[in-house]
Amino acid sequence: MPKKILQVVESAFRATLEEQDDTVVWLTLAMRGAGGEFGVLLRGNAVNTAVRGQDPSGLAFGDRALRHHTDLAEDITRLIGKGVRVSVVAEDLAERGLRTEDLVAGLETIPRAALPDLFEKFDQVWHW
Amino acid sequence: MADKRTLTFVLMDPPFENARTTTALRLIDLAVKRGWNVNVFAYEGAVYVAFAKQTPHENKVHGHDLAAEDHPNTKEWVAAILAQAERTGAKVDWVQCGLCVDERGAGECIPGLRRGSPADLVAFTEASDNVLVIATK
Amino acid sequence: MSKYLLIESRDPFEYAEVPYYYDLAASLSRKGHAVTLFLVQNGVLPVRPGPRSDVVSAVARAGVEVLADDFSLRERGIGADRLATGVKPAPLDRVLDLLGEGCKALWH
Repeated sequence: MPKKILQVVESAFRATLEEQDDTVVWLTLAMRGAGGEFGVLLRGNAVNTAVRGQDPSGLAFGDRALRHHTDLAEDITRLIGKGVRVSVVAEDLAERGLRTEDLVAGLETIPRAALPDLFEKFDQVWHW
Repeated sequence: MADKRTLTFVLMDPPFENARTTTALRLIDLAVKRGWNVNVFAYEGAVYVAFAKQTPHENKVHGHDLAAEDHPNTKEWVAAILAQAERTGAKVDWVQCGLCVDERGAGECIPGLRRGSPADLVAFTEASDNVLVIATK
Repeated sequence: MSKYLLIESRDPFEYAEVPYYYDLAASLSRKGHAVTLFLVQNGVLPVRPGPRSDVVSAVARAGVEVLADDFSLRERGIGADRLATGVKPAPLDRVLDLLGEGCKALWH
């Protein structure tokens, strides 16, 4: 059995326009495809990654328009579709004026106090 | 000496931008000094840590010529760590994330490193006693 | 029960997320896990005794072993013999010891 890794994602919108991805979510998808076992915890500003209705379209420099833009929430949905449990911290949502209805479906909302118990379900915890 | 271990470090930061690069190399250097095996997955800007075209410079503000300034290049630090590994018997497997290399044009790195992919990080994880991700911010 | 190594490289003066990490260390300890909080780089700034250094001492009072990288202390002119209560200086080698022991290791 591969080791079970919890990916704790804290940063949001870090170079996501240049990279066309959240690079930690992307890496998790790629490693999942290579046989890794993961859970994902979105905390801090990263809870914004799962918000529905994000629209980064229209970026252009001179004549060079960006035709394929990021869809961070879709990538979260993709993770869930690949069997990755994605959790989000309730207090971090509330502090940012977000409700679970604002997010894509399939997330597990947990209180901050539950983090130690969540960490114990994994062999390693990688904090990004 | 403690029993031999294998550790994996994931680096993300380019050099010369913040203190994480130096601390990461300090940890890798200490592990290699112990003779421990080290895997490095250089992700994103970290593919520049061992970029071959880094060049030292003088520092007129301090009145230092090239020799006096002795300006560090992280590629030299990495090369020194690899050389130390030869002496201690540590195996260092340093993988540069290929897509990160491509998009940054960082293809020229010092000898002793190899191009790889996220599949290498999965393999490193399974083969290591522990993994430390030093993420950028 | 598990062993945890939480490395904090940032300080609460500049970064709003650092107190979350201190709280995480304390809550893991209160659950009965063995926790080391290793401060490095600017993460050592709050251990110079001052009006806000008790945030770090509070983590030690929660049963966490709080260590400060001796090189980072010296680099910042923080006397290793005069640190916030509950904080001890330590070489970076200690991080390797804990990694080698299989601690769940997180960097912040």
